Amino acid sequence: MATTESIAMPLSDTSPPPLVERLHQWVTTVDHKRLGIMYILYALVFLVFGGVEATIMRIQLIRPLNDFVSPRVFNRMFTMHGTTMIFFAAMPILFGFANYLIPLMIGARDMAFPRLNAFSFWMTAFGGLLLYFSFLGGDGLYGAGNAPDVGWFAYAPLTSQTFSRGHSTDFWILSILVSGVGSIGVAINIITTVLCMRCRGMTLGKLPLLAWLNLIMAGLVVLAVSPLTAAQLMLLVDRYLGGHFFDTQAGGSAVMWMHFFWIFGHPEVYVLVLPAFGFASEIIPVFSRKTIFGYPIMVGATICIGFISMSVWAHHMFTVGMSAAGNTFFVLTTMAIAVPTGIKIFNWLATMWGGQIHFQTPMLFCIAFLFQFLIAGLTGIMLGSAPFNWHLGNSYFVIAHFHYVIVGGILFTLFGAFYYWFPKMSGRMYNETLGKLHFWLFFLGFHLTFDFMHVPGILGMPRRIYTYEPGRGWDIWNLIVTIGVLFQAAGMLVFLGNLLWSYWRGQVAGSDPWDAWTLEWSTTSPPPAYNFASLPEVRSRRPLWDLKHPEDPDWQYE
Amino acid sequence: MSARSVSIPEDNFRWSLPARGPVGMWGLIAAESAIFTIFVVAYLFYIGRSLTGPQPREVLRVPIFFTVCLLSSSLTIHFALRYLRRGRMRSFSLLWFLTIALGAAFLAGTLSEWRHLIYDKGLTIGTNLFGTTYYSLVGLHAFHVTVGLLALTTVLLFAFLGHVARQHAERVEVLSMYWHFVDAVWVVVFTVVYIIGR
Repeated sequence: MATTESIAMPLSDTSPPPLVERLHQWVTTVDHKRLGIMYILYALVFLVFGGVEATIMRIQLIRPLNDFVSPRVFNRMFTMHGTTMIFFAAMPILFGFANYLIPLMIGARDMAFPRLNAFSFWMTAFGGLLLYFSFLGGDGLYGAGNAPDVGWFAYAPLTSQTFSRGHSTDFWILSILVSGVGSIGVAINIITTVLCMRCRGMTLGKLPLLAWLNLIMAGLVVLAVSPLTAAQLMLLVDRYLGGHFFDTQAGGSAVMWMHFFWIFGHPEVYVLVLPAFGFASEIIPVFSRKTIFGYPIMVGATICIGFISMSVWAHHMFTVGMSAAGNTFFVLTTMAIAVPTGIKIFNWLATMWGGQIHFQTPMLFCIAFLFQFLIAGLTGIMLGSAPFNWHLGNSYFVIAHFHYVIVGGILFTLFGAFYYWFPKMSGRMYNETLGKLHFWLFFLGFHLTFDFMHVPGILGMPRRIYTYEPGRGWDIWNLIVTIGVLFQAAGMLVFLGNLLWSYWRGQVAGSDPWDAWTLEWSTTSPPPAYNFASLPEVRSRRPLWDLKHPEDPDWQYE
Repeated sequence: MSARSVSIPEDNFRWSLPARGPVGMWGLIAAESAIFTIFVVAYLFYIGRSLTGPQPREVLRVPIFFTVCLLSSSLTIHFALRYLRRGRMRSFSLLWFLTIALGAAFLAGTLSEWRHLIYDKGLTIGTNLFGTTYYSLVGLHAFHVTVGLLALTTVLLFAFLGHVARQHAERVEVLSMYWHFVDAVWVVVFTVVYIIGR
């Protein structure tokens, strides 16, 4: 009897459990890999939503006096596009990668608080649902609802009951409040995981750079998202309890909201870009076949960026009118933050210098990132100078600048990360031809859209206008910008197609397709639930190099 | 290539990592501090900017007794934890109960203060800027005291059911960190509301 059972058991294991049971496993999971994948898939859906909203705006602006959408719909589109992309696409996607990769990279079996991890994911997920529910319930379900139309930074007094009737703004506040709680939960989890869960031998000086950068990112989330949460609470008090925080009629201050928002808003840029730096710092060495150049300097520069980024927020407010001392302070801090960022760019270049560069898709995206991020930084320095900013603040030059950061910098490395870790997550290789096609389509589309977007900005086109008169010299530039969107959308379709095709039909990847050096490549692809059969023990920053080259291990030199 | 286990041990190497609980709690305390900082900054910025009365000086009474209650609860929880580490459960439960009683007394103090302000002085959250900032800041702190009391009461119930023992000292310590933080925040709120703002 016992023998038949022992034979029958593996047989029943080979047939997959029914769909409902598998879904139930995903919904109730506390495994960092599954939560990471859920974060990423969830964010991809919102990335598509945000992209559709951007496309609607660009179609409206393709020619002067166009009437594709009404002004109100246009306002909703730019509000939803900004909110969606920052809070429900970029942040969850980066949290997803952090969740998936950090425990694997530091040789742990899970995050420090697995249940907090699941809680954080579901908070973020419900936040996104709340935001999009406003399309139905924004008017209180009386009829056709509407989405928030106050802009993604929602300046007072536009958000007061007087100017934002109905519930659309409340949905905006609540969605950010709820997802903010999730973000703080993830951040605390990442900090604790990196500090307390490292495998034996992995001192902070031997931590993979991706883990280091996510540690600093998590610190920034704790210190930057919390003020936003506080500001949203104040706004709720104003809207529901008749408070006067941002009510200028009762002595309140609208500028206060700007400060509170940008105290969050600027560090947020670094929350997004630090993990992107992390991806670049992992991918560039592997595809240059060299160790990262200047590891301690990279860590130091990151910590510098973390500190300085907390004191630059008011460079978003030069046009509001601050004192000369205030302007000078924020100009100087903004210039100062360019220094550690520049150091990083030189370090990546020095990593590639003399290396044996493999131009595969992840590396292509990272090389494009280097150049695009440099340009984004240079226009950032231009805008960081107050007198220049007085002329171009709130123009399309600003839009072009920060999309250069977020798309040209962050999204490009994110695509690189997708291609680099897709074999680990799915167990299969992506299609290299489709990957390269995606890169070139997106690269072309990105430059068509955002290079040429600088020009109407310099020519005086303000942001957030739903249309414009012909004959101001903006027409041709807007046409080119919209044409670029087509290429980006095509690139995106190739990317999604590649992911789906490779997931079902891709070549089996094996555990280490890149001949890489960090611990996640030592386990199977995809990794088992427990990650490592026996917990690793390391002696250098590149444990797998030491394992593959016992005659010349890294720990002799570090 | 299949999975391989990485083991490159170093000779004579001592390895120790910080415990998860306190690190996580420090993260939470940092986040909460940032939230309180924003409310405190708003309070300070709006002092004297109310367009209508009542002004703080006319209506606020300094709650010295209840402040002493809350601050001494930090002492009782500290000693309760010491007894827990030594395994003296009766003393632990007694001091733990005392902590809850002191916290509840503080909350009752806030309640009576608000009652006085609302019914006798006519100050609500919508009356003027002072009302908005005062009820928000003190209310946010009172909310944290309430959450703390619920958590403390849960531990007390577990203690009565015999589920708390010496080996749980580390976990209970994490909760006590939160309680100390709530007390420390009160020192700031007290200074801002009743000393600087009055």
